[in-house]
Amino acid sequence: MRTESTLRTAPVGARRNAGTDDTVAVTVPPEASAAARAGRPVGRRRPVGSPWRKVLFYGALSVLAVPFVFPTWWMFTSSLKPISEIFAFPPELWPSNPTLEGYVGAFTEQPFALQYWNSMYIAVLVTLGTMLFSSMAGYAFARIRFPGQDLLFLVVLTGLLIPSEVTIVPLFQLFNSWGMIDTHWPLILVTTFGAPSVLATFIMRQYFITLPVELEEAGRIDGLGRWRIYWSIALPLSRSALAAVAIFTFLNVWNLYLEPTVYLQTPELFTLPQALTRYTDAYGGEMWNIQLAAATLTALPVLIVFVFAAPWLLGGAVVGAVIWHLTWRRRWWLGALAGAALGAATGFFGMMP
Amino acid sequence: MADATTATPGRAHARPGVAPTPPRRRFVPSYARRDQLTGYLFVAPQVLGIALFVLLPLGLIVWYSFHEWNVLAGTFRWVGLENFEKLVTDPKLAPVMEATAIFSIGLVVFNLALALLLAVLLNRKVRGMTFFRTVFFSPVVVSLVAWTIVWSFLLQDNGGINGILQLVGIDGPNWLREGPTAMASVIVVQVFKNVGLNMVLFLAALQGVPQEVQEAARMDGASDRQLFWRITVPLISPTILLTSIITIVGSLQVFAQIAVLTQGGPGISTTVLVYYLVQQAFDFHHFGYGSTLAILLFGIVLVLTIAQWQLRKRWVFYEN
Repeated sequence: MRTESTLRTAPVGARRNAGTDDTVAVTVPPEASAAARAGRPVGRRRPVGSPWRKVLFYGALSVLAVPFVFPTWWMFTSSLKPISEIFAFPPELWPSNPTLEGYVGAFTEQPFALQYWNSMYIAVLVTLGTMLFSSMAGYAFARIRFPGQDLLFLVVLTGLLIPSEVTIVPLFQLFNSWGMIDTHWPLILVTTFGAPSVLATFIMRQYFITLPVELEEAGRIDGLGRWRIYWSIALPLSRSALAAVAIFTFLNVWNLYLEPTVYLQTPELFTLPQALTRYTDAYGGEMWNIQLAAATLTALPVLIVFVFAAPWLLGGAVVGAVIWHLTWRRRWWLGALAGAALGAATGFFGMMP
Repeated sequence: MADATTATPGRAHARPGVAPTPPRRRFVPSYARRDQLTGYLFVAPQVLGIALFVLLPLGLIVWYSFHEWNVLAGTFRWVGLENFEKLVTDPKLAPVMEATAIFSIGLVVFNLALALLLAVLLNRKVRGMTFFRTVFFSPVVVSLVAWTIVWSFLLQDNGGINGILQLVGIDGPNWLREGPTAMASVIVVQVFKNVGLNMVLFLAALQGVPQEVQEAARMDGASDRQLFWRITVPLISPTILLTSIITIVGSLQVFAQIAVLTQGGPGISTTVLVYYLVQQAFDFHHFGYGSTLAILLFGIVLVLTIAQWQLRKRWVFYEN
């Protein structure tokens, strides 16, 4: 039976029978895992042998790491360079005359603080909205019986089958006819209630199904209504699934690019990804130091949070990462397929749709 | 079966007409009835959202595709199959589809190979593995447009990469302005951005390969290479299939990277289908033809997915 600790380390309905082989596929990586502390076998290969091989091994990894780390480093250091030195030869790994003029420019060329706020509030609002409405729908699909339930669930799942690029033209027309072009409404409404929220609903449903029903029965005997059972019993038990939903929803909304460029025209309403591409001079040439300063300000907060959360994310939340993956590029429908496939392969979910 | 646990407890007793009910029950809805209503209310926001923002638009693109619709000129008239004829005869469509195919195939091959390599390297019980996993995963959380802008900066003719190449005496190409290197650049930038996700999936799969099987093979005298190709790869084939589906279909939706790096150029050498669709609809204001292209995109995505799930039966082993 699940315990509090498995709830915390496994985000999406991991039913663990500690030590049995059918769950090994979802075993968390060694460093951060409770499983490792409990002495489960992790790390399938033999340790690297001689010192010579060790040097070779770490050397190879370090070389491979360059294209993953260097761009971020280059973004940060170049944002501190004056525009005259930004293409200096030979390339400087650290600016010889660091300056903040790029950062000043980011705020004077565009209403960057306002755009930052737009991105932030939309992402937070959509994340909270998705957590609420998707968990409600997921709970109802998992626990409440009502006529037409299976049909409605299928209807919802179609949201996973359609890439958002396919529906962008009619959605533009729809919001145009409602007078919502050049407002944030399309971004908020479509991401909270439309296709992007379906994966969250699917995950919440799968998670609720794996929860023991006895607690809810106890709640009912105590006279609680459905809402209270959902809100006070089921929801607190599904913190880890909610956390995964929150993370991928936030990142997805934070990175939306096509939708804002289609719906928004006023710079004061822009979101960050859209604003980043607009730091150009009168001839359309990029103002690189400003652009890189703005990019740094956009990327760094999430990156810092990630570095601290990485042991948890890459350790316990393998499936959380799966979900990210699927949602990162708005591949919502693949999220469902992949979730189902992964679940089938690992016994991860309680029940397939 | 988990489904059994989802049945509403006490429902049978509360069902009207089954259990003897006192007369006042006729006016107060039973628990089951109220529960049903709660169910509808709980799913209503999501179901309405899907109906409005997915199903309705899906119907609309079919409707639009039968119309000549230029937003600027304000024309909207029924043209029957004209847009589909235009699609077949569009001289740009062949190069667009070619670019789409090159991009998707290049992306999948490079992405999966690198992801598997990284996963195999990192699947060890030695120090520093969490550190390197964090490193390889970190681009995933960097804002997509920020990441692309940095690479665009690095790939400029006088940018960082050519600067480094020049230090060792190589005169690098103008990466984003020459056809083949532009396509390669878009692929590489996208792979480094997202390969960490496939890496994590492969890591999870590798850790699921039972050690006993590996030990047995080793005892039978299998070399490292044989162990990898004959034991590990077949055992993780479900994950290979999963990641390849995700990556292929994801590659069909790559828009922001191309918009920032090359704007579809030089010429139309990096204009993939999604980019062409958005260009037709929102730059050239041909909503009708844009909708026709959307149907094509949807069709390709659907066919690829079904094909791959059919393939699963052929080459995925040990799926339970």
